[in-house]
Amino acid sequence: MNDLTPDREERSANLKGMGCSRKRVEDARFTQGKGNYVDDIKLPGMLHGDFVRSPYAHARVVSINKDAAMALPGVVAVLTAEDLAPLNLHWMPTLAGDKQMVLADGKVLFQGQEVAFVVASDRYVAADAVELVEVEYEELPVLTDPFEALKSDVVLREDLAGQTEGAHGPRKHHNHIFTWEQGDETGTNQVLDNAEVVAEETMYYHRTHPCPLETCGSVASMDKVNGKLTLWGTFQAPHVVRTVASLLSGIEEHNIRVVSPDIGGGFGNKVGVYPGYVCSIVASIVTGKPVKWVEDRMENLMSTAFARDYWMTGKIAATKDGKITGLHCHVTADHGGFDACADPTKFPAGFMNICTGSYDIPVAYLAVDGVYTNKAPGGVSYRCSFRVTEAVYFIERMIEVLAIELDMDAAELRRINFIKKEQFPYTAALGWEYDSGDYHTAWDKALKTVDYDGLRKEQAERVEAFKRGETRKLMGVGLSFFTEIVGAGPVKNCDILGMGMFDSCEIRIHPTGSAIARLGTISQGQGHATTFAQILASEIGISADSITIEEGDTDTAPYGLGTYGSRSTPVAGAATAMAGRKIRAKAQMIAAYLLEVHDDDVEFDIDRFVVKGAPEKFKTMKEIAYAAYNQAIPGIEPGLEAVSYYDPPNMTYPFGAYVCVMDIDVDTGVPEIRRFYALDDCGTRINPMIIEGQVHGGLTEALAVALGQEIAYDKLGNVKTGTLMDFFLPTAWEVPNYETDYTVTPSPHHPIGAKGVGESPHVGGVPCFSNAVQDAFRAFGLRHTNMPHDHWRIWQAANQLGLHD
Amino acid sequence: MIPAAFDYYRPKGMDEVIALLQEHGDDARVMAGGHSLIPMMKLRMAEVPHLIDLQDIDGLSDISVDQGRITIGAMVTQHDLINHDGLTAAAPILREAALQIADPQVRYMGTVGGNVANGDPGNDMPGLMQCLDAQIHLIGPDGERTVAARDYYEAAYMTDREDDEVLVSVSMDTPQGGYAYEKQKRKIGDYATAAAAVQIVKVGGSVKSASVAMTNLSDVPVWSEAACDALVGTACDAAAVKSAVAAMLGDIDPAEDNRGPVAFKRHVAGIILTRAIERAWSRA
Ligand SMILES: Cc1cc2nc3c(=O)[nH]c(=O)nc-3n(C[C@H](O)[C@H](O)[C@H](O)COP(=O)(O)OP(=O)(O)OC[C@H]3O[C@@H](n4cnc5c(N)ncnc54)[C@H](O)[C@@H]3O)c2cc1C
Repeated sequence: MNDLTPDREERSANLKGMGCSRKRVEDARFTQGKGNYVDDIKLPGMLHGDFVRSPYAHARVVSINKDAAMALPGVVAVLTAEDLAPLNLHWMPTLAGDKQMVLADGKVLFQGQEVAFVVASDRYVAADAVELVEVEYEELPVLTDPFEALKSDVVLREDLAGQTEGAHGPRKHHNHIFTWEQGDETGTNQVLDNAEVVAEETMYYHRTHPCPLETCGSVASMDKVNGKLTLWGTFQAPHVVRTVASLLSGIEEHNIRVVSPDIGGGFGNKVGVYPGYVCSIVASIVTGKPVKWVEDRMENLMSTAFARDYWMTGKIAATKDGKITGLHCHVTADHGGFDACADPTKFPAGFMNICTGSYDIPVAYLAVDGVYTNKAPGGVSYRCSFRVTEAVYFIERMIEVLAIELDMDAAELRRINFIKKEQFPYTAALGWEYDSGDYHTAWDKALKTVDYDGLRKEQAERVEAFKRGETRKLMGVGLSFFTEIVGAGPVKNCDILGMGMFDSCEIRIHPTGSAIARLGTISQGQGHATTFAQILASEIGISADSITIEEGDTDTAPYGLGTYGSRSTPVAGAATAMAGRKIRAKAQMIAAYLLEVHDDDVEFDIDRFVVKGAPEKFKTMKEIAYAAYNQAIPGIEPGLEAVSYYDPPNMTYPFGAYVCVMDIDVDTGVPEIRRFYALDDCGTRINPMIIEGQVHGGLTEALAVALGQEIAYDKLGNVKTGTLMDFFLPTAWEVPNYETDYTVTPSPHHPIGAKGVGESPHVGGVPCFSNAVQDAFRAFGLRHTNMPHDHWRIWQAANQLGLHD
Repeated sequence: MIPAAFDYYRPKGMDEVIALLQEHGDDARVMAGGHSLIPMMKLRMAEVPHLIDLQDIDGLSDISVDQGRITIGAMVTQHDLINHDGLTAAAPILREAALQIADPQVRYMGTVGGNVANGDPGNDMPGLMQCLDAQIHLIGPDGERTVAARDYYEAAYMTDREDDEVLVSVSMDTPQGGYAYEKQKRKIGDYATAAAAVQIVKVGGSVKSASVAMTNLSDVPVWSEAACDALVGTACDAAAVKSAVAAMLGDIDPAEDNRGPVAFKRHVAGIILTRAIERAWSRA
């Protein structure tokens, strides 16, 4: 070792490995407007597609007249279901085992449904031509209420008429999709029948939408000379899209290249396959030219995948002193006109069976009934793992309702029911095995930080002041404790359309000691290029700044199931660590050879291998990389590369404790968030700054959903919230200061102990904001009121409690 | 969100603007900041085959405060209103209101003339102009004419302005006394759930004169003479405020929309007006 060798601390800092708040490498291009999104792709001779959409929620399509549109200069084609039928592409399979019309085949089932696809030389001509396509409709009775739909004679899905068996078992009615049951019904009912206390509540988790800033779109380019199809698109799972495109079109998979360029937010909205993608492909095949389709904001809100829309009824049993003894949950799930939920195949209601939450509940039962209505299809996990937001909202509301029933403090009720640290790994009543947790420590830290007892005291004083007429503002203390289930998932129980939910990483070390790693996932803003390089840096001793991370091109990236459900770090992050370890194992052999010692006599030290007991004898990873390519080493192949396909042994279970303090103007219904404290435990923390950013983003989307964001329909099935004037997207103005905090409970089965964090704040945030609103009125007898808590609904709650009299 | 094709004009003089308006009649529209008109064109709710941009017309962007009279050119932006010290000193309610319109980006573009001319019940300037008893100055083929803001609005998007007239400015006497512009909205960039503009002159502990106008609670802005009358001569005490609110509620006619049902809007209108009166009184 010479004097110029930096000390260990400095070498470690130079790596920018795990645990450091490395700045996001993506931001240089994003903040300078140099990103490359689907709509930035411009190819020679490219045509533009646009949809004729149904103004009606339920109607028969009597006729479509293309003549006037075709006569407009610049219009190349107008495609209808009739044109797609010979290719068998007028319908497509959904991720949920159902099928969906690509273009209206005889009828439409929701407002905004795709009826015809206009292809023109110019985006403006396409839009003009859309107006010229004459469609004659015959209106049919509209069903927007799932309970009504289950009673109605009106058959929504005539294509399924007479089919009593669906993709997930028996169908009870022509508008019924499936019943999904989990747990022990008899046992749960027995506990409920004999319980000292039972709290019961029905809650509606309203329909909303992920609304990424970038809408959905694709550019398809069929090269008729070499038979290759290239498809750029807003895909959260590009490999799955390639496989599905191959199965649908019959084009062999090696002749399809799918590319997800930069993606401007996904939040679940870009997991599914949309008619626009299919139509751009068909149009490119038909015309022999590249075809671009990019939807506008209104189209995105009214036709692409929605989230939530769950009617949930719960019964929770407990002893008089608050020990929970059983939980019963029934869900009526409104899936819209087609079942296009994006869930693993065996989970038609996602992981709703995580609804026992963070509590040690001995017995539970869950049943979910999926129903068709005249609304847009979808049912994606908007910034959460599959239906986990619904599950956590459900249990966190049930806890509050039980606390009211027991006349008990809701924080204390949680504390006495938490799964204890020593119970992990813990098998919940509905089947999941929680990997690790320390809920009591997190909870105590949260309550202490916010001075919970002080808040309750202040709240009680406020209630008295309100009753004396000294104030018109009430104070709410919102609590939530959540357990997420992310990182889908073990191939033994998780697949999408038959494709196992593993993920992958492939690493190449270059001779001069820098590297490229490619993954099966795709960042939509999460900062993968930053964090995955950090994981690798720590594993292989090469600075994160010398590692390129690439994703999204199926011609180069290894096969993977994509990014959603907080699965990238738990699954692809694990693959990255494992592939890194393969590199390190080979590097160790090379180092030993170079240092002329036995393999076991060298050990890894930050960025080098050193001879055990003689640290002055070492080879850096740079030296090793060079030797790997340029020195003949007996018994060792040249090169330094590795691939890992990682099938996780279990899900990971991040958790957190959130507290929100809110002041509510009883007269106007305006809530003011005074304080929001979020403690997250996502296991090992890779980049604290990125975690903080993810928490801020997730909380902001939680605030949106809890306080106003919804896709609302009128009785005729018209979308009432089709623009950002009415669909609430919060800005810096509406967002409070977030206080973030953490504990670290690593996942025992993950190579680096990381659990995933992108969705936790949304999952935990929604019930926290909602509980704050509802808690403000607890002293006046409110048990439950549905979200979204926009001004008029808060006002209405106050009004119904007689607070305006 | 793709507008239909249109011809774009950017004339240098008002004569040319009026000639174009006469030539194309209903098919032509002037554009100021474009932040109401362009969204309507993109939604294809407004068909404007001939779009006449007013940017290059001189003399429409001046603000003058002189001898008790304020004149604001049609092309003065909402941002300009906020940042004009003389105007803020003379009529602070203009700044208080403008700060509650849309968001900074929109305010850089949106103009006083466009906001007043548009005729959308959600716009904040019309009610404000009625509260201040502003005069609206129009120019047309037959020259200039002036209409009182209180007589200008006929129905949603229907105003006293003829198709071939252009709004050149608004003017008003420097307002006296205390003021308040109070607005409830769902989020930044939203139109009002309810808004109230109030000016009160206080003499010897009682209300000498008052002006009350409400926004987005009818298909036109509502200047409530009855509410004003309820305040004049009182000490602006709780009872007086209550009767002013009751009088105002008799004049508005809100419709249900995504902001809420009618009962909610009426309740909030009462609260907002109460707060506006109290604040104006405290400043009087
Ligand atoms: C997101 C968003 C939020 C908004 N929120 C608010 C709000 O809270 N409150 C509010 O008041 N407004 C709001 N607005 C509207 C904004 O203030 C507009 O800019 C304003 O209403 C119109 O001004 P403009 O200069 O943009 O007019 P334009 O859009 O150019 O024109 C509007 C109409 O007025 C006509 N017109 C314009 N100038 C003249 C003239 N000189 N003579 C005759 N006719 C003319 C045009 O022909 C057109 O019909 C919002 C707009 C947006 C996009």
